Amino acid sequence: MTRAAEFHVPLATRRSATGIPTGRLALWWVLASEIVIFGGLLASYVMFRLHHPHWAEEASHTNVWAGGFNTFVLLTSSLFAVLGHQAAEHGDGTRAARFLKLTVLGGLVFLGVKTVEWSGEISHGFTIYRDLFWTFYYTATGLHGLHVIAGMIVLWLVARDAGRGKNLHRVELIGIYWHFVDAVWIFLFPLFYIAR
Amino acid sequence: MLSWLVPQASTSARDIDWLFALILLTVGFWFVVAQAVLFTFIFRFRRRPGVSAAYVTGERKEEKRWISRPHALVIVCDVVLITGAILTWKAVKQDLPPADERVRIIAQQWAWVFVHPGPDGKLDTDDDVRTVNDLHVKVDTTYHFELTSRDVVHSFSVPAFRLKQDAVPGRMVTGWFRPTRLGTYDVQCAEICGIGHALMPARLTVETAAEHTAWYQSRSAQGG
Amino acid sequence: MAEADAQSFWSRYLFSTDHKIIGLQYLFTGMFMGLVGAFLAYVFRMQLAFPGAHVPLYGVVTPLQYNALVTNHGAIMIFWVAMPILIAGLGNYLIPLMLGCDDMVFPRLNRLSYQIFFLSAVLILVSLFVPGGGFGGAWTAYPPLSASAQYNHTPWGAPLWLIAVALEFVAFLLGGINFITTVMNARAPGMGPLQIPIFVWMVVIASVVFMASVGPLVAGAIMLLFDQLLGTHFYDPKAGGDPLLWQHLFWFFGHPEVYVVLLPALGIVAEVITVFARKKLFAYKTILYTSFATGIISFFVWAHHQFVAGIDPRMAHLFTITTLIISIPIAEMTFAFIATLYGGSIELRTPMLWALAFIAEFLIGGVTGIFLGANATDIYLHDSYFVVAHFHYTFFPIAVIAGFAAITFWFPKMFGRHMNETLGKIHFWGTIIPFNFVFIPLFVLGAAGEHRRIYSYEHFSQLFTPGLQNLRVLATVALVVMLLFQFVFLYNFVRSWIAGEKAEPNPWRANTLEWAAPSPPPHGNFAEMPTVYRGPYEYSVPGRPLDYWPQHLPS
Repeated sequence: MTRAAEFHVPLATRRSATGIPTGRLALWWVLASEIVIFGGLLASYVMFRLHHPHWAEEASHTNVWAGGFNTFVLLTSSLFAVLGHQAAEHGDGTRAARFLKLTVLGGLVFLGVKTVEWSGEISHGFTIYRDLFWTFYYTATGLHGLHVIAGMIVLWLVARDAGRGKNLHRVELIGIYWHFVDAVWIFLFPLFYIAR
Repeated sequence: MLSWLVPQASTSARDIDWLFALILLTVGFWFVVAQAVLFTFIFRFRRRPGVSAAYVTGERKEEKRWISRPHALVIVCDVVLITGAILTWKAVKQDLPPADERVRIIAQQWAWVFVHPGPDGKLDTDDDVRTVNDLHVKVDTTYHFELTSRDVVHSFSVPAFRLKQDAVPGRMVTGWFRPTRLGTYDVQCAEICGIGHALMPARLTVETAAEHTAWYQSRSAQGG
Repeated sequence: MAEADAQSFWSRYLFSTDHKIIGLQYLFTGMFMGLVGAFLAYVFRMQLAFPGAHVPLYGVVTPLQYNALVTNHGAIMIFWVAMPILIAGLGNYLIPLMLGCDDMVFPRLNRLSYQIFFLSAVLILVSLFVPGGGFGGAWTAYPPLSASAQYNHTPWGAPLWLIAVALEFVAFLLGGINFITTVMNARAPGMGPLQIPIFVWMVVIASVVFMASVGPLVAGAIMLLFDQLLGTHFYDPKAGGDPLLWQHLFWFFGHPEVYVVLLPALGIVAEVITVFARKKLFAYKTILYTSFATGIISFFVWAHHQFVAGIDPRMAHLFTITTLIISIPIAEMTFAFIATLYGGSIELRTPMLWALAFIAEFLIGGVTGIFLGANATDIYLHDSYFVVAHFHYTFFPIAVIAGFAAITFWFPKMFGRHMNETLGKIHFWGTIIPFNFVFIPLFVLGAAGEHRRIYSYEHFSQLFTPGLQNLRVLATVALVVMLLFQFVFLYNFVRSWIAGEKAEPNPWRANTLEWAAPSPPPHGNFAEMPTVYRGPYEYSVPGRPLDYWPQHLPS
């Protein structure tokens, strides 16, 4: 497995005809493709919601306090990501790594609350099969949860590198991604918890 | 022109065949012109020794005209065809003429169930006649049909009527037809619906009012 | 010694991050899948011509198998042949070369995208042999049929098929991001947006259109997979779901997808006809703008696939109008291509024959689309063989004719040798003539009311007439002839690769940058990284001794 060492870095990766770093450019396109995926799912949900007034009753069984707390947790973790970016801009890898690890911690808290929420709901009979509302609820929040997990793993890897002063430009990229995950939740929370 | 290939047995068939002919003539003209120009160019501008190609950017106004003028004509044709399509669609699909009779069509894997209203002309009464894969209608009578499916998406298609409508589970779609020609025609399922998709042929018989009554009585005698 | 060689082969050809190797991997995978798709077509055409007969190399076709054959023929030809060959294969091979750089901006992501694609290809092939057989609910996979094994009787085939398609989407999303960022950032110095060859532009526009259209379907596929595997009810009307939701999500992707593969094919044709007519591309900017317009309008036409699906009849007018509007940019582009030939010095080499055949045949596909876009005629023609013939007159030129144009055109670059011209022409005529004999009869059958995806017409008295059956036999015989002629191509391909006449770096005297590299280009592509001084189509410029003017030569 010495392939990575043999890997010759092509000139193409260092060019920047637009003036925008290639990594950031690609990340925006990744997010664009993610937006249409979540967009398709949420648009389908909204279309159904308009035709199923009884979903308001189902939605009232979600835990608004847990959802609200999680919103707060995610926003705070995004703030840490911003602070991490700031530190990286100043070339302070250790500090950036510390903030990124706090962001990961935010993700962990989010997932913990989510687990408690889900197990409570499932134990009260609000399973994925109960009603189409709950099918959408588990699918959308589950897909979002997977993005949180993926984000945490990458955050951890970037933090490890940053701690050693390597690849500091990636701190910004993973930060942008984390804001996106946050933004998706900002849509999910009102759509599934608040709107009755 | 479609009537050369398949009988024209309803009012909609006549309207749709008219639109088909209109489109065929319009696009046929364009097709012939475009191919003629293409092949003329290929022949006329074949490589010959000592003759080099012209330098034409196509960015100048007088050159752009070569494509913008035919292009304007295409737009005119589009407008004509859109108008024809909208008028025909309104006539055959969007506007429901008043019904003389009603019939219910239920698709399932893999058969068609038809519910005829019986002499009282109403569905969901005791004299309804249910048949499988056998629909009987009176000529020159406007029918409304209620179409649904019990399982997957099917599509009720009668080529001789130029009639096609998907049968969607959970929905009741209303449409209409008015037969104009006596005879027996094929009903097909036009949406793939599983193993027996090819085994959903039904017959549609267009008959006179007297024949229809006789058929109804023979069915009732058998016990519905 | 032997071990070292094996290792270098391994890392050089199987796990390479070089865009050229990855491009060829896509190309060969696509060609192999093309053979699979063609074989499926052969089997079900034989069944239609000779119902119930024993098909040589296959056996007797059952209804369940028939459904799986047509379903996977469609899915394979679009997702595993047209897309990998036109976009991923040629895109990967040509984009860095045409841009004058040495690789993609994310070489390892590129390799990952091929590996995911390869996995998806393996899965779709495996899905044909699992218990219950391959999925048979058509490439459109309408639920509830596709959502439940109770209805489709393929408990393994259906989910495997769906997972394979989803993985293919992921591969092309990754590849698309790579293409777009590469073209945005890795262009040679001096190459502005209007100096980019049309083919590259087309792949970029196609990638953006793909990315924007496939997202909702990815969401839809997750829902369908949940319905299949967990037993949820997204598409089940009995539990509050809606089968039409899938149709909207599918066609919101499905129609733009046509343009996703069409645009790169048009790009190939533009590259080939300018070289062999020695002409500047007529109205480069117009062609570019019409491609943008086509990409955008393609998002507003999807419901023309659903005129008879139970949607509100008033909606149909809107979609008829948008559908016919898309003829405006496409007609303009076709006119510009034909105008490019005017005043040219046309040499009918094999690639040029394919490119011209593309225009001639695609015209048939274009004009027959009007019958289906017009809502009222679509009532009759929907899901008939008229539709089948129509989209084969678009997809066959796209995937096969443009594909052969590209392979024969860039073969000297890829392998440093020429293909045999005589064999190339035999293969061309042996493909083009039977092709029309396959699909013209299908137009007639469709107009006569024959519906698609039906394994035998014996039960339909109006369709099982000797006249119509003869047309089915004619189409099938023509297909077999066409397939046999493909062996000429395979022979020519292999023989030329091994022992063809050596090609110089720029055998066609073309302008674009890939011809400035050696044939075949080494790792790193260019001996000296090029700088761009002009647009890609400066042929026959007055006052120059040579009738071409490569992009990288200083004035």
